[in-house]
Amino acid sequence: MTPAIMAMGGITEMEIGLAHYLTVGAILLVLGIFGIFVNRKNVIVILMSIELILLSVNLNFVAFSAWLDDLAGQVFAMFVLTVAAAEAAIGLAIVVIYFRNRGSIEVEDISTLRG
Amino acid sequence: MIWTLALPELVLAVSGLVILAAGVIPKRDTFFPVSMACVGALLLTAVLVLGQGDGTALSGHYVSDAFSGYMKFLALAAAAVGILLSLDYNEKEGLARFEFPILMLFATLGMMVMISANDLLSLYIGLELLSLPLYVIAAFNRDSGRSAEAGLKYFVLGALASGLLLYGTTLVYGFAGTTNFDRLGEAFSALEGVSPGVVVGVVFVITGLAFKVSAVPFHMWTPDVYEGAPTPVTAFFASAPKVAAIALLARVLLGPFGDLVGQWSQVITLISLGSMILGGFAAIGQRNLKRLMAYSSIGHVGYALMGLAVGTDIGLRGLLVYMAIYVFMNLGTFAVLVSMRRQGRAVEGVDDLAGLGRTDPVTAMWMAVFMFSMAGIPPLAGFFGKLYVFLAAVQAGYWTLAVVGVLTSVVSAYYYLRIVKVMYFDAPAGSLDRAPSSLTLVMAGTGLFTVLFALWPAPMLAAAQAAAAALLG
Repeated sequence: MTPAIMAMGGITEMEIGLAHYLTVGAILLVLGIFGIFVNRKNVIVILMSIELILLSVNLNFVAFSAWLDDLAGQVFAMFVLTVAAAEAAIGLAIVVIYFRNRGSIEVEDISTLRG
Repeated sequence: MIWTLALPELVLAVSGLVILAAGVIPKRDTFFPVSMACVGALLLTAVLVLGQGDGTALSGHYVSDAFSGYMKFLALAAAAVGILLSLDYNEKEGLARFEFPILMLFATLGMMVMISANDLLSLYIGLELLSLPLYVIAAFNRDSGRSAEAGLKYFVLGALASGLLLYGTTLVYGFAGTTNFDRLGEAFSALEGVSPGVVVGVVFVITGLAFKVSAVPFHMWTPDVYEGAPTPVTAFFASAPKVAAIALLARVLLGPFGDLVGQWSQVITLISLGSMILGGFAAIGQRNLKRLMAYSSIGHVGYALMGLAVGTDIGLRGLLVYMAIYVFMNLGTFAVLVSMRRQGRAVEGVDDLAGLGRTDPVTAMWMAVFMFSMAGIPPLAGFFGKLYVFLAAVQAGYWTLAVVGVLTSVVSAYYYLRIVKVMYFDAPAGSLDRAPSSLTLVMAGTGLFTVLFALWPAPMLAAAQAAAAALLG
């Protein structure tokens, strides 16, 4: 067996701990923020990025909740899920009336209001 | 579990649902009666708030003290005036749908939950209950591209702000082990060194709340949303939600994070300085009154946050008095803005006020009163608001804040006084329509408050003092 494969075996035996979940959460958060600010194409992508941010928050809550052995974090995650659903509904409704008025949902077109 | 302590919120929630059900049933237009019912529900709630006892309820998620009473009363008064401002405007613009006042009512309920929050969970629920109706009413004029764009921008940036706030909440929860404000306070006062995770969490929470009060550097949505949204909605945005968000910021920072003051004081100082400077300079070139008021509100948030950056009880008292005065003079100014129509069409440029001193002397007089007050000219109320925060900054040795505050008020006096000059010394650009009686009532009420505050400042100062003492313990 080559040392490389043995090293891989070592990785598979490593336990997934709090730090891994937090890292994934942080990556999702950064992806979400970049999705909002770097994206120049479509408003729907922004809505997806917002969901990504809320997902990273939920992941953090559940990971901390398991780590602390405390249920409050999971309860919080339930509330976040509920509010995220309401938020997505309102966001889509606003996108629909925006499209009806402008006939486009390109991010670059959203710039009538500026001073 | 003492749930009766939360009686004002429960009454407001139930009356909101009842009014919503009652508004759906009749076939004819129910905008006016529903608005009146909502104002009635808000006033009833304000009476209940006055009689509310102190204590915590709902498993420690809800707290009631002199601070929450003061801020709730202010938010309820501002929301009731906000509904009055919309009565005539919405009829004329074809926005007279009964959902409008009900959405404002539920937003106000969210503000009350925020102000009484004693747990990061109730903080979040209150904040979302405030934000979701606001996204809808920003885009309420659904046949206008500008209103839809304002709603879209507000939604995206507001959702991002609550996402950041939530992320901060997770970090605070994870590293401190609880979300309850009392237990967070105990955990931080017992701690020797603070874990970096908590500090990052606190910074995220401040970021989320700074978005809601539109403080620099999280202000970029404000001018666009204020300009695009229907004028009564802008009036509402600039008053009641700011009170609630400032109250929440003060409660979170001075309560659970009170022992981390070394970590957040500089952040708030920078935010305050940035807001004052931007509010002073960016409004100079504006020709649109709603945009100008947006920058003006950013500046005023900077002055109010000066009281929080100082962190003493005098600073907090200054913040509370400032918010009360700001809300009333701001609603008065917006009453003038909402009333501005030429041949039935709404206008919102600075130049449209030209010659108002001759064509409509009463409205022009109130507008001049509000502008002088915003600029901080004695003996109007706005002067005393600034006086108390500057006094607190000087007494605590925050000279930079005080000096920048005085200088930026001088700069901002330029664009406030320019409006007075346009009204009294420029040739009339054709007369504006007569203001409807609901708006003259609001102008007179807030105007008299602004003028007469100097004669009886004692009751408000005493209330603010008691509120500050309750928060700082």
